[in-house]
Amino acid sequence: MSSNNDVLLRVEDLVMHFPIYRGVIQRRVGAVRAVDGISFDVKRGETLGLVGESGCGKSTTGRTILQLYKPTAGQVHFEGVDLVHLKGENMRQMRRKMQMIFQDPYASLNPRMTVEQIVGEPLMVHSAATGKEIQERVAHLLEVVNLNPAFASRYPHEFSGGQRQRIGVARALALQPSFIICDEPISALDVSIQAQVVNLLEELQSQFNLTYLFIAHDLSMVRHISTRVAVMYLGVIMELANRDELYTHPLHPYTQALLSAVPIPDPVADAMRKRTILEGDVPSPANPPSGCRFRTRCPIAEAICAESRPEFREVKPGHFVACFFAERFL
Amino acid sequence: MTDFILDVQGLETTFKTPEGVIHAVNGVSFGLSESETLGVVGESGCGKSVTMLSVLGLIASPPGKVTDGKALFSGQDLIKMKKEEIRRVRGAQIGMIFQDPMTSLNPVLTIGRQLEEPLMLHIGMTKQQARDRAAELLTMVGIPNAKDRLKDYPHQYSGGMRQRVMIAMALACTPQILIADEPTTALDVTIQAQIMDLVKRLRDELGMAIIWITHDLGVVAGLAQRVLVMYGGFIIEEAPVKELFTNPSHPYTIGLLGSLPRVDEKERGKLYSIEGSPPVLYQKPNSCPFAPRCRWAMERCWKENPVLEPVAPEHRIACWVDTKTGRPR
Repeated sequence: MSSNNDVLLRVEDLVMHFPIYRGVIQRRVGAVRAVDGISFDVKRGETLGLVGESGCGKSTTGRTILQLYKPTAGQVHFEGVDLVHLKGENMRQMRRKMQMIFQDPYASLNPRMTVEQIVGEPLMVHSAATGKEIQERVAHLLEVVNLNPAFASRYPHEFSGGQRQRIGVARALALQPSFIICDEPISALDVSIQAQVVNLLEELQSQFNLTYLFIAHDLSMVRHISTRVAVMYLGVIMELANRDELYTHPLHPYTQALLSAVPIPDPVADAMRKRTILEGDVPSPANPPSGCRFRTRCPIAEAICAESRPEFREVKPGHFVACFFAERFL
Repeated sequence: MTDFILDVQGLETTFKTPEGVIHAVNGVSFGLSESETLGVVGESGCGKSVTMLSVLGLIASPPGKVTDGKALFSGQDLIKMKKEEIRRVRGAQIGMIFQDPMTSLNPVLTIGRQLEEPLMLHIGMTKQQARDRAAELLTMVGIPNAKDRLKDYPHQYSGGMRQRVMIAMALACTPQILIADEPTTALDVTIQAQIMDLVKRLRDELGMAIIWITHDLGVVAGLAQRVLVMYGGFIIEEAPVKELFTNPSHPYTIGLLGSLPRVDEKERGKLYSIEGSPPVLYQKPNSCPFAPRCRWAMERCWKENPVLEPVAPEHRIACWVDTKTGRPR
């Protein structure tokens, strides 16, 4: 991957294994290989969509980037600074620039804090503002996310799901970050509310020049919001390309199957599609298949797929695929 | 009207809560024809699940209560039936599957035991007959080594497999109607595709009628022949599936379809969004329940709740406005 000034975040060979302990002496018997060697860049101002099914490691990737988990191996460079070895005050200063929006707006807001306390907390923790100033900043932030500033003294339970997610967005914006990881920010919301939140995220992005890592399993919404999209399966990135390139010319058999499985709200178009229905289930990340992770469900797998892991390579400019046979679909 | 195998008329269900009585279903009427697949769509709290639970006599009372209406099934009113009677219908003539296969299966009984039970109870099979039939059913829903897997417990099955078991269980007594309440919502999309494929195959083989409840318009597009759209405890639009997607006519349906990005579609710009959020009805409304969020709302919408009226053959909507002209219809 070429290096240039546009790159805000660079992830290199990132590995995150969670140990499994068993028995009375809690011996280590194995590891859940949640993220198993992934590399990608996030460019300044873009939205990188990260999609995959449950358990593929997409959320772990987000948390490991923010150093909420200490990575097992690999590097994370943010604005050229290596986050993995950053400690103490330096790390704390870095955190101001990287924020997160969580999936469940019911669980990610403290029920005993008012909206003002929730949105103002990052400002206090980082001594970015005090007293009266915090109040003003919170009121402004609420306005930015289209909530009435008069609601600042209310508690989370007084808001609907969509409004709560706006509170979560306001909190993430409090420290004026340049990078926000959106971890399934709309999947707990009703259909009519999802569009509200997505539109808001897009407006904020152009207003504040934000960069997003948008983690989701809804492939339709990811196509709508992303600049580029990465597809994960069992801890590995299978394919990464520009949005329209990935959706119209998927080169990895997994991406192809995934896209063909998404229902289209149009009975005529839906009936005309060619479907690839995958057999079986996703294997356990504690005991992933040898070689290519996808080979046990892959319709075109051959002997070589079990022997070695396919390299994540650039098949076309900007189009990366981890498959031995990607050229077949060019 | 007699050719419906299920004919629901004027169904109303309420729930008592500390904050007041919630009117969850407000006079819902629909019919289901033989071997028809009916999709019911709407967001959380629109009354789609409560409608079906009311029909099946599964509303916990208190706090819930079916206050009015009929649900005629082979000439009998399910709403008036005693607990014992309706239990004989459920699981035998009407099968059900629910969203979360883990909570619908008993974790301490083997899959085999749970599959055999309805067969012995409803059809009076012997233990051995039931065992053979259970293995047959598991094979039918695509579970390999069915005989051995009967001895497994639910936790030994994956999410998709458990939903297959639920389908096998619902179809055990070859019901005339299968009611499925968001059966694929908890599943990943590749597994959802497997389950939908399975349901379509079984529908063609067995010929049962299906009521498929979902919030996902994409799922309905691929499966249903006719669709009901619900909002605030009312059916607000009803149409054959192609008609609904090519000519959505209620402002809510139009908004929902506009707010959905499509996986097969390039840049759309801004998504259409319906402002506000769905209502909780503490009173039976005497205005249109969608009026507060509707961009076409007129004076009449605030004074009178519209009833379902035809706009095209087999296509009915509950709306005072002609959205094409923005004028009263």
